[in-house]
Amino acid sequence: MTDKEWPLYEVFIRSKSGLSHRHAGSIHAADDQMALDAARDTYTRRSEGVSIWVVRSSQSVASDPAETAAFFEPAEDKIYRHPTFYEMPDGVENL
Amino acid sequence: MNKEQALLAYVTRLGDNALVLGQRMVEVVAAYPELEEELANANFALDFIGQARMFYSYAGELEGKGHDEDDFAFLRDENEFKHFLLLEQPNGHFGDSIAKLLLFESFYLLLLEALTHCADERVAEIAVRAQKEIRYHLRHNTQWFVRLGDGTDESHQRVQTSLDQLWQFTGEMFAPDEIDNIFEAEFDGPDLFKIRETWQANIAAIVAEATLLLPDDDHMASGGKQGRHSEHFGYMIAEMQYLQRTHAGASW
Repeated sequence: MTDKEWPLYEVFIRSKSGLSHRHAGSIHAADDQMALDAARDTYTRRSEGVSIWVVRSSQSVASDPAETAAFFEPAEDKIYRHPTFYEMPDGVENL
Repeated sequence: MNKEQALLAYVTRLGDNALVLGQRMVEVVAAYPELEEELANANFALDFIGQARMFYSYAGELEGKGHDEDDFAFLRDENEFKHFLLLEQPNGHFGDSIAKLLLFESFYLLLLEALTHCADERVAEIAVRAQKEIRYHLRHNTQWFVRLGDGTDESHQRVQTSLDQLWQFTGEMFAPDEIDNIFEAEFDGPDLFKIRETWQANIAAIVAEATLLLPDDDHMASGGKQGRHSEHFGYMIAEMQYLQRTHAGASW
């Protein structure tokens, strides 16, 4: 046995039909098929899912924490982007 | 042997197979080389123990002497267990475990599929549930078997040795005895000859995909189904039953 670790995969689980997949965690696997099995065995043991996506962690592109200010702060003072300036018609319960 | 006795013996034997394999797999819990496989092995072991419980509970009802699943598991003697010799073989290395699971589960799935159509309602119900679990196990273990066989020179060689050593224990799975024959005739049970044909074709395909060689059928061990076990089982059952034998009725 070598010390070499298998590649990391990110696991996304859909808990029931109609909902979207959500990030559940990550696992190590030697290939895609093994990753799917490992995700099933690790994250759906208690009936958490009806569908699984796995993707190599190295294939995801992440935002840089150093750029948090430039990336996200400009949105903070633009309250007009929130749809909160409309008069709600009477009787509309879910919007 | 009448119809009722055969049913009881048949159901108990199904429980024995599931329990002994499950117990073997439990022995290596917390000793697996990878966390993900560790979880898979523990899940699979629990599936088997769950199946054993269902078979034993039903056996207890059929027997009608007030024995529950624990009595069947923990208070019977070595020669009262009628599981296949294959299942009591020591775990060995990872390749040994994978080869053992492949050989048994590729048979067991076919058996369960046949049992879903048998005339005994309870057995059919348990089989419906169990076959879903085993279908996944088999998918998982087949992938591993192929990966090891078609892997490095060392993994190829080692899993070939596993296959060669375990092969002699496969004959017993397909050798019908009186219990199998009565169950087949009276309860529309599995036809082991037909299952063997399908199994041989399936195994040959998987072994070829794994770039391994199919062993010869020259010598086949037998006796497990009649309660004649190898020395390995003595140690195993001693450990498994220790607590109930020492502290009778202990529970938590």
